[in-house]
Amino acid sequence: MKKYIEGTVKSLPLAGLIEEAGTAKKYNTGTWGTFKPVFLEEHCIQCFFCWVYCPDSAVTVNEGKVVGFDYDHCKGCAICAYECPTKPKSIVMEKK
Amino acid sequence: MNTEKHMLEIRWHGRGGQGAVTASKMLAESAMTLGKFIQAFPEYGSERQGAPVKSFTRISDQKIRYHSQVNTPDVVLVLDPTLLGVVDVTEGLGEDGILIINTPAQPAEIRKQLNLKGRKIFTVDATGISLRHLGKSIPNTPMVGAIVGITKMLSAQAVADDFRVKFKDKFRPEIVEGNVKCIMDATTEVKSE
Amino acid sequence: MPELLALTGNDAVAYAMKQINPDVVAAYPITPQTSLMQKFADYVADGEVDTELVLVESEHSAMSATLGSQAAGARSMTATSACGLALMWEILGITSAYRLPVVMPVVNRALSGPINIQGDHSDTMGARDCGWIQIFSENAQEAYENTLQAIRIAEHPDVLTPIMVTLDGFIISHGLETVKVYDDAPVKKFLRDYQARYTLLDPSKPLTLGALDFSDYYFEHKVSQLQGMLKSPQVILDVGKEFYKTFDGDCCYGFYEAHEMKDAEMAVIVLGSTAGATRMVVDDLRSRGVAAGMIKIRSYRPFPYDEIARELANVKAVAVLDRSIAYGADGGPVHGDVRAALYGKHPVPVMSNYIYGLGGKPIDMEHIMGVFDDLKESIVKGHPKRRVGYINLKEGNTPSLVG
Repeated sequence: MKKYIEGTVKSLPLAGLIEEAGTAKKYNTGTWGTFKPVFLEEHCIQCFFCWVYCPDSAVTVNEGKVVGFDYDHCKGCAICAYECPTKPKSIVMEKK
Repeated sequence: MNTEKHMLEIRWHGRGGQGAVTASKMLAESAMTLGKFIQAFPEYGSERQGAPVKSFTRISDQKIRYHSQVNTPDVVLVLDPTLLGVVDVTEGLGEDGILIINTPAQPAEIRKQLNLKGRKIFTVDATGISLRHLGKSIPNTPMVGAIVGITKMLSAQAVADDFRVKFKDKFRPEIVEGNVKCIMDATTEVKSE
Repeated sequence: MPELLALTGNDAVAYAMKQINPDVVAAYPITPQTSLMQKFADYVADGEVDTELVLVESEHSAMSATLGSQAAGARSMTATSACGLALMWEILGITSAYRLPVVMPVVNRALSGPINIQGDHSDTMGARDCGWIQIFSENAQEAYENTLQAIRIAEHPDVLTPIMVTLDGFIISHGLETVKVYDDAPVKKFLRDYQARYTLLDPSKPLTLGALDFSDYYFEHKVSQLQGMLKSPQVILDVGKEFYKTFDGDCCYGFYEAHEMKDAEMAVIVLGSTAGATRMVVDDLRSRGVAAGMIKIRSYRPFPYDEIARELANVKAVAVLDRSIAYGADGGPVHGDVRAALYGKHPVPVMSNYIYGLGGKPIDMEHIMGVFDDLKESIVKGHPKRRVGYINLKEGNTPSLVG
């Protein structure tokens, strides 16, 4: 697994600084969940609620449309499925 | 124990609001302007209007090296005669010590009232002087004038000039000149035994 | 030309802050610090500094605002006393961990309770392990000069550690003294422009500060923080030397001042304003042929362990004066440090500790003379007259108190 911080007392950056942007991307939290969201495009109305509510920016958007999920970072919290307003749901949780 | 006796140690007694702290600092600042080393500090406490307060001044030809309180003053000034009998104003004042009291009474009367042996007692009607020149009872500048007049350690004129410089931006000109008159009058009106 | 001014200790520190001209100052009033920030606020109102003065609603906020603006890259200051310092406690450790060179004057005052507003060292002693350098001042002149030097020490790239500059509450903070202030131009040159090691406001260099740190790296980061403190002694000496050379001052510029220690048989160790009276007692004893000396500690953190041990190498008896109490410890905190400094050294002096001046209890030359009398007796007996004594205390019948 890729480490998000490396070094020893001598080589660590000063003050616990992380001197690089977007390091969360390197941290593969996708392994955390026991459930994963599955996108059912046929019901989706492109309201973007899932994209807004996702705490890990793991809803993938392509050319202005929700197209699925970034499973390297999705923790399977199911907030997207809960917030999805369509009936039937456009996002359902499945066991991994 | 005071191993630096080229130094003058002064204690001021007043009531909160009468300007004892200001007077102790004013005298020190004038002395500094005239080339002396100084300290001035209030008795460390909370300031309360009307409560008895003490303040201290040290004036020396040499650098003052310590910060203990003044226990054996050379001069004690009392800004409010009602403090006599309430506070022991002679505490630590040596046999040669000087006591200066704001009162219209004669020094002999004060000596009798305090049943005091030794020391030199002076009185000055500082309240009367301040009423005359400022229209209200602010006895601190006359008391500065009195101690300057008695000890002659500083020239009264120099202290008055220093007052003009320091307070010209703070007070109206007539207040500044009134205070200067307070200082000058007290130097001559102070009564000795 | 340097100028002699009649200033209180607080005025003198405010004058130093005027010359420092910090980018940001956060202020919250607490006696006896209040008049310091009041004076500085005058400078802000009169346009004599360019400082952004932030009036906050507590000391916790004062320290937080100072930390935040310093992390943003601005030279930032605040000042406090006693309970105010206690309320800052949480943020003190964060400031030092983030290696932010904040300089904070602390006007030493007793901690509550019972409630008391007067001077003692309980407040900064309570904060001594927060990763801040602590520099003690004997008088208003030293408070002024230490504040200026602290900027250079804290901001040194090897140090990057915050500094508390202390002055004794009321005794120094509210006492008017003759203070020699130096001209703005050479002071400004001495201080140099602030070059932040990092700033959170540069979009071209994105940073994360204050990330969560578990058992895998917290320990490593705390030990890495220690490097600043370990490198500070040399910088404290260098900056002191440069200040002395630039301004021809006559304050204490090292870790400590040793007075008459060369052939001293007995010595008193002291911090802050009591050093003056101690020095006079030593001079008095010397004039009567008594081999007395004293050490005034200026840099309490980092503590000069080796140097103090060297100074005491030939001393027969030493008394450490502590203006705070350390419950459950062997006497006061300074005593503990001096004892630690002497561990493993031979021969060791007979050692005693005196707690004094809590809540502004007066200490006069007579009291210090009494300590030297005790030391004299200790030398004859070969053991301390008192292991822990209490100066000017109404003890009553509690002999167990005085050990």
